[in-house]
Amino acid sequence: MATDDIYILGIYMTKFGKYPDKDTVDLASEAVIAALADAQVTMKDIGVMAAGCLMGQGGIGQMIQKQIGQTGIPVYNVSNACATGATALRTAIMAIKAGECDMGLAVGVEKLAGVGLLGGGGAPKSKNKEWTPSGRFGSVTNVDGLIGTAAMPGTFAQVGMEYGHKYGGATFELFAKISEKNHAHSTLNPLAAYSKRMSLDEIMNDIMISYPNTRPMCSANCDGAAAAVVVSGAKLKTLSLEQQRRAIKVSASILTSDPYQEACQVLPDVNTLTRIAAKQAYEQAGVSPSDLNLVELHDCFATAELVHYDNLMLCEEGGAVDFFNSGATWRDGSMPVNVSGGLESKGHPIAATGIANIWEVCHHLRGEAGPRQIEGAKVGLAHVIGLGSACGIHILEKSAL
Amino acid sequence: MTITQVPLVDYLVLGDKPHLTANECTKCGARYFDRRNACASCFATDFKKVTIVNDGIVRSFTIVTFAAPGVPVPFVAAIIDCGGTSVRGNLANVDPTPEKVTLGMKVKLTTYSLGADDNGLEAIGFGYEPA
Ligand SMILES: [Zn+2]
Repeated sequence: MATDDIYILGIYMTKFGKYPDKDTVDLASEAVIAALADAQVTMKDIGVMAAGCLMGQGGIGQMIQKQIGQTGIPVYNVSNACATGATALRTAIMAIKAGECDMGLAVGVEKLAGVGLLGGGGAPKSKNKEWTPSGRFGSVTNVDGLIGTAAMPGTFAQVGMEYGHKYGGATFELFAKISEKNHAHSTLNPLAAYSKRMSLDEIMNDIMISYPNTRPMCSANCDGAAAAVVVSGAKLKTLSLEQQRRAIKVSASILTSDPYQEACQVLPDVNTLTRIAAKQAYEQAGVSPSDLNLVELHDCFATAELVHYDNLMLCEEGGAVDFFNSGATWRDGSMPVNVSGGLESKGHPIAATGIANIWEVCHHLRGEAGPRQIEGAKVGLAHVIGLGSACGIHILEKSAL
Repeated sequence: MTITQVPLVDYLVLGDKPHLTANECTKCGARYFDRRNACASCFATDFKKVTIVNDGIVRSFTIVTFAAPGVPVPFVAAIIDCGGTSVRGNLANVDPTPEKVTLGMKVKLTTYSLGADDNGLEAIGFGYEPA
């Protein structure tokens, strides 16, 4: 191991689901304490902490410290939409890369059970009915529903439909089949919020949210937390053989924002920044897409998973429909995608997601994934998108020991 | 003459031939419907008003059947390619079903009333109907 490499020393995700009796600090503390135990270190060893809770009040890092250990280390409270967890992890990694410390902690937590639709809506601009232009568009009232949709299911539905317009073949049934795969995968994941297999008919005939996304094709709002301890290669060399054996190499850690594109003002472009991040990640890690044994990608909606096959270069450009139809992305296929069940079944407690997907990949690379283990997994990729936009990609590799 | 109508957004121009306008970057030609401090594409700060053509094709759509409180459903939200400028808008005068709404369909701008406010001022919105 090179001294300037970065490793995940310990990592943990809570079961995702409903926790009416726990607050965000409880869930985050559970994740941190378990991640530290998994790393076989304590808060005394941690030199930097980054924390995120998108829907929270701010200051979540310090609130968590009061339950797990106040040691005076710098805390970065981060917020980057659905990429918040990945951003927290990357922040801790950057501090180690900068030489400020040799061990860092990242945590993401959210309570979203029962929250309902995300994005869109909003209160009327004024209590009296008075058409007064305001804001950068000079709008006289809220335009969600009048000028397209601002809600997430419709936004990502259009992302998938746009791919269909460009390349063809992206039918309602195809998107539903992607969801069928992820729900089938979830049956092997005891930490998933929903782990019930669903037939194609059940998925297609469920409540339509925003065509072509029915309810089971949307990410599940739920509660959960995930935390990771990262360490420099130099420090890892001084730790026990057991710690070195279970450490997972972070071969690439990339964060991008959305570069200007002609249409990005009317439909967020989740493609370009993912392609750029993927290209950078493969270069940084020195691996190609065909080297990947498993991928956890941001299937916030079934329509999103399709476009990311292409964006992550798991298939040739324009070939995502054929790629999926080949069976490649099922867990017994050539490129297993979302063997955790994905956000559609595992759930999507926003700020936890960007660390939980890394937990899933690490679990396989360590050979600890039990019945859902992808046999012989050596390299994996975790991807998240936060709308607005931010894309986090991490490529992870099994320890050489 | 007193103003009796107001557009839903200031990039909708009312009158005899309603149409959309955009702020076009004088350096690179990037177009914006909202007020920008500088161009997101080339960082220049000069913009001029340009007219967006009323005809376009549907490049993407979704039929929204579940929305935030106060947003009537169903409606068709779409991305329209209007002569190379992408526009966001609802489809009008078409059944909100996947049988009637198709990718690539030709549409044109239409306007409709959102009703009058307490002062008698009428707001006018826009959408795209099959051409
Ligand atoms: Zn420009």
